[in-house]
Amino acid sequence: MASHWQGGRRCARQAVEQRKGRALAAIVEFDSVGLRYGTGAEVLRDLNFRLSKGGFYFLTGPSGAGKTSLLKLLYLAQRPTRGRVGLFDEELSDVPREALPAFRRRIGVVFQDFRLIRHLSAFDNVALPLRIAGKTEAEVEGPVREMLAWVGLADRASARPATLSGGEQQRVAIARAVITQPDLLVADEPTGNVDADMAKRLLHLFTALNRLGTTIVVATHDLGLIAAAPGAQLMRLENGHLADPTGALRNPPRGPAPERR
Amino acid sequence: MFGWVTAPAPERRLLSEGRLRGPTLYVIAIMTFAMVVVAAAGLALANAAGIVARGVDSRYAIQIDDSAALPKVLATVRAVPGVIEASPVPEAEMRATMERWLGPGGLGDELPVPALVNVGLAPGTDSAALGRRIEQAAPGVRFVAHSQVVRPLLKSLRVLQWLALALVALMAAATSAVVILAARGAFDTHRSTIDVMHGLGATDQQVTSLFQRKIAIDAFFGAIGGGVAAALALLVLGGGASALAGDLAGGPPLTSTDIAILAMLPIAAVVLAAAVARVTVLSALRQSL
Repeated sequence: MASHWQGGRRCARQAVEQRKGRALAAIVEFDSVGLRYGTGAEVLRDLNFRLSKGGFYFLTGPSGAGKTSLLKLLYLAQRPTRGRVGLFDEELSDVPREALPAFRRRIGVVFQDFRLIRHLSAFDNVALPLRIAGKTEAEVEGPVREMLAWVGLADRASARPATLSGGEQQRVAIARAVITQPDLLVADEPTGNVDADMAKRLLHLFTALNRLGTTIVVATHDLGLIAAAPGAQLMRLENGHLADPTGALRNPPRGPAPERR
Repeated sequence: MFGWVTAPAPERRLLSEGRLRGPTLYVIAIMTFAMVVVAAAGLALANAAGIVARGVDSRYAIQIDDSAALPKVLATVRAVPGVIEASPVPEAEMRATMERWLGPGGLGDELPVPALVNVGLAPGTDSAALGRRIEQAAPGVRFVAHSQVVRPLLKSLRVLQWLALALVALMAAATSAVVILAARGAFDTHRSTIDVMHGLGATDQQVTSLFQRKIAIDAFFGAIGGGVAAALALLVLGGGASALAGDLAGGPPLTSTDIAILAMLPIAAVVLAAAVARVTVLSALRQSL
């Protein structure tokens, strides 16, 4: 038994070292990416960027600039109409549709409109990613209760979304997105419906996840949120393309800057 | 987690607001009822045809207009190897039979009554050779196979039997169509749930299992209801039909194998519904990313 535990510690140490070693590698790579819906004009044009593993990014830009479309490409709700998207060291254009769920399980998403399942309780909504991943009820119970407590909804576990306020729904959506400790967390205006205090708590949650190795991408207009995360990097979208490629350095990053193309 | 037959409670809750319980269940019940009754009719017809065909197999009749030729014909027939029976129908019996059409005493004593001989042959006996010998012995005598007489009836029974089979197939197709509509409706109703599940990494199989299970449950209750109703209807009808079949064909309308086949039909309806639901939902899912 003792050697088993020692072996376990060794494995954990190796995993941390591997994670440190990978810290500068790209988790997302966009190369000349364009996106159009149907036969309309391109909503995203010539996007070229890399997101480092373990990075924290804010995506800003005016309404209609294409932030949500870019996030859809990141969380695999859309395929680009041109260009190349790489995710987790895989070229996605080569990945068959059947393999996409495995990628999606490594991505947490906070939707702008929450997208909670209305006939499920807050507990069941938060537990859904774990259940989809095949966790048993015993494995689900503890983490979900803990996460609900963390977002201040421990006493609302059995409430349905319709009975929750907008802010509470948003917190449930965030809890659902982070419950699996994803490799990539994508959030679309995650603090749009919460007060300043809760926004701060949520940012702390994102920062804590980021410290554990999760790459965070947050689309937001909230300058206060951006200011509260000085280590994060900025990406600014305007009219479907990155308006200021060097803007990624506007918020001084904690670590080395990602490679630029 | 997503074994579709036995799903845990959290998984069942995912589609708990579904509108699947409704017309689908009742339509499947009605379809199953009709399918079982029509299939029972088809099987009964097949049995009746079989019984009739077996009953007239190797049975022949010799019709003699001039009853004076009867002894010669009888002697000729009985001398042929393979003839196991050659019995003339008594004149009184002939007259009684004809009185059904002509009325009592309608035939009169002065009218000659043709003679009729029932002949039974052993299997493998050359009936054509026997016919030629009878013709040589008594020209003008008709040697008729019973199967020839009942051929139109047997043909009608076979047509009805195929018609019943076609109806069962049509009803199975209609059931499939209902399930396709139900699955598409349910898919649209739960589109947002499906999108969220997909976004969280659910596979097509996981999503499909939810719908497959839900529709299979509806189909199960519908098929059981329809099957039980059909069984009751057949029991009620069966009493009269048994007597009728016994009179007409000399056997029961349905054998134990037939009853087993009929009992399998509701199960087949459930399997069909589940399979169709699976294919429908999978093909709908494949249209999304």
